[in-house]
Amino acid sequence: MKRLQRRSLATFWTVLFFFYVPILVLVVNSFNASKFGGAWKGFTFKWYEKLFADHAIWQAMENTFAIALGATLASVVLGTLAALAISRWKGKIQSLHYGLLYTHLVLPDILMGISLLLFFISVGLDLSLFTVFLAHTTFCVSYVAMAVLGRLENFDGSLLEAASDLGATPWQTFWKVQFPLLLPGIAAGGLLAFTLSIDDFVITFFVNGAGSETLPVKIYGMIKRSRDLPKINALSTLMMCVTVLAVVASRMMQGLGTRQQQRDARAAASAASPASRQEGQGGRVRR
Amino acid sequence: MAADVDRAGAGATPAVLEAPAPAVRRMGLLGRVRHHGAELLLTAPSFAWMTVFFVVPTVLVLLLAFRPTALDGGVGHGWTLQTWRTISNPNYPSIVWRTIWLSFAATALSIGIGLPCAFAMARIKAQWRPTFVGLVILPFWTSFLIRVFAWRLLLHPEGAISTFLHSTWTIFGWQFRFLEPQTTLLYNSFAVLLVMVYTYLPFAILPLYAAAEKFDFSLLEAAFDLGARPWRVFWRIFVPGVRAGVVSAVMMVLIPALGSYVIPDLVGGPNSEMVGNKIYQRALPDRNLPHASALSALLMLGVLLPPGVAWLATRKRHIGATDTDVVSAMSSPASNLGNSGGRRRNGVRS
Repeated sequence: MKRLQRRSLATFWTVLFFFYVPILVLVVNSFNASKFGGAWKGFTFKWYEKLFADHAIWQAMENTFAIALGATLASVVLGTLAALAISRWKGKIQSLHYGLLYTHLVLPDILMGISLLLFFISVGLDLSLFTVFLAHTTFCVSYVAMAVLGRLENFDGSLLEAASDLGATPWQTFWKVQFPLLLPGIAAGGLLAFTLSIDDFVITFFVNGAGSETLPVKIYGMIKRSRDLPKINALSTLMMCVTVLAVVASRMMQGLGTRQQQRDARAAASAASPASRQEGQGGRVRR
Repeated sequence: MAADVDRAGAGATPAVLEAPAPAVRRMGLLGRVRHHGAELLLTAPSFAWMTVFFVVPTVLVLLLAFRPTALDGGVGHGWTLQTWRTISNPNYPSIVWRTIWLSFAATALSIGIGLPCAFAMARIKAQWRPTFVGLVILPFWTSFLIRVFAWRLLLHPEGAISTFLHSTWTIFGWQFRFLEPQTTLLYNSFAVLLVMVYTYLPFAILPLYAAAEKFDFSLLEAAFDLGARPWRVFWRIFVPGVRAGVVSAVMMVLIPALGSYVIPDLVGGPNSEMVGNKIYQRALPDRNLPHASALSALLMLGVLLPPGVAWLATRKRHIGATDTDVVSAMSSPASNLGNSGGRRRNGVRS
């Protein structure tokens, strides 16, 4: 057992090394005066200076964020409604509904890209930021729906019963009880939709038109033409910093949330367990 | 919509106060809104959206594959099998074959490497697991394109790995070098496979880990006590024990691998093209839409085949036992992948 554990742990560390090395090399090279980064030719900030001077990149970034924001909002609404419907009603229609969302999740990007391209051409819609928005919303809906469904799966229906027993109207029950409890799922789905939208290249590549380049499409063009490669290093490093900060922040927030939940759970458990009844007369008196 | 639901809810309230059916009451607002409109109201938006932007385009792809190509780059009138005949010319089967072997090799490697990782992660102290899940996911929060680009730089003839492997080393007086100076690491099938494994490995590790976490490790102790060798214990007891995770991991890796476009495009050469590259070439630079459609239809068939087989094999409605978990894990590293007990995690409805 020890040996198996040691070996598997060694594999795991090797894999982590394999995961991080390309990224570290990228970060180091963003400060490297050498163009291809084979050798260290001195520290420099010039790639960052060139990056900040490139207006096309900032334009692409603006497009990316506008699309991500729009697609996230639209897909959160559509996905949450879909999840509520699927969890509430059973039957042929909802099976089909679930099947649609699930199949879409599984299909490779290139198939979504090509089919949407053919669709937009067929209906005579010009490729623009709008078609990119439609495409992004389509693939984000599935992810949001799955995230919210995951939350609904563990949903304690008795809470809603309790709320209505205490005289809440259905509208109040939804907004004051069910919605706040679903919020983490909705937020997780929205966050996922946002990151997927920012990161998407293949689908955008098929359905974007002139002037609607997003950042990944722009980066792809730079890689393909082998121009401004060190600028991509600098841009990647900046993007990674933002990502890492966001992850750390979300972890800290979740950590706080988890600790609060654990405290609540402990309090609930000790109130319910026979041990607490024996141990504390005080608690009983207060009640 | 808000007004509708509110009105319906208010209308239903008196009846509910008189005789509340338990099942209805448990559903809260949604339960109270009993008339058929409610289901329609909640279902229609996403159902309609998915029909217009998913079903219709997919059917369109299948239809266009049987239309002739017009000379001006559009789609001609009538129906034909000409496109399919062109596709069976000697050029395409080799690309299809390459797509299949590269995808299966990437899947096998990802699972082979992912299994010991999942084992290690499940044996780490529970409090550290979310951190390790986070460590696996974190690099994949950077743009996919940038990760592929990083490998392009590393494997570039003037890049770090090439420079290292091409340099001459003198060890114990022997002249020694790993690769001949002219060998290129980039633009071949090996580079494509390497980057595919790099990209898809976390998608194998996460479902495998989710399964390993629920695995009863005392079974391994028992096997060791009965005298089994480590290798045998791993393959005969641990691997069958995480079967559900393996099936899920195969789906998570194989399907996107079959549809690869960016990886062969950026790190592969003319001799490592995959179906995805051909679809792009036919659709955009060549403007041969029926041809692109036929190739897409072919890919669609190939992609739907493995889940179909898995479905037939398990006869379950949901193949991906852990898909929901993976979705939530990818959205936040501190998700429930690391710290849940024996919670039911099969699909959404079992």
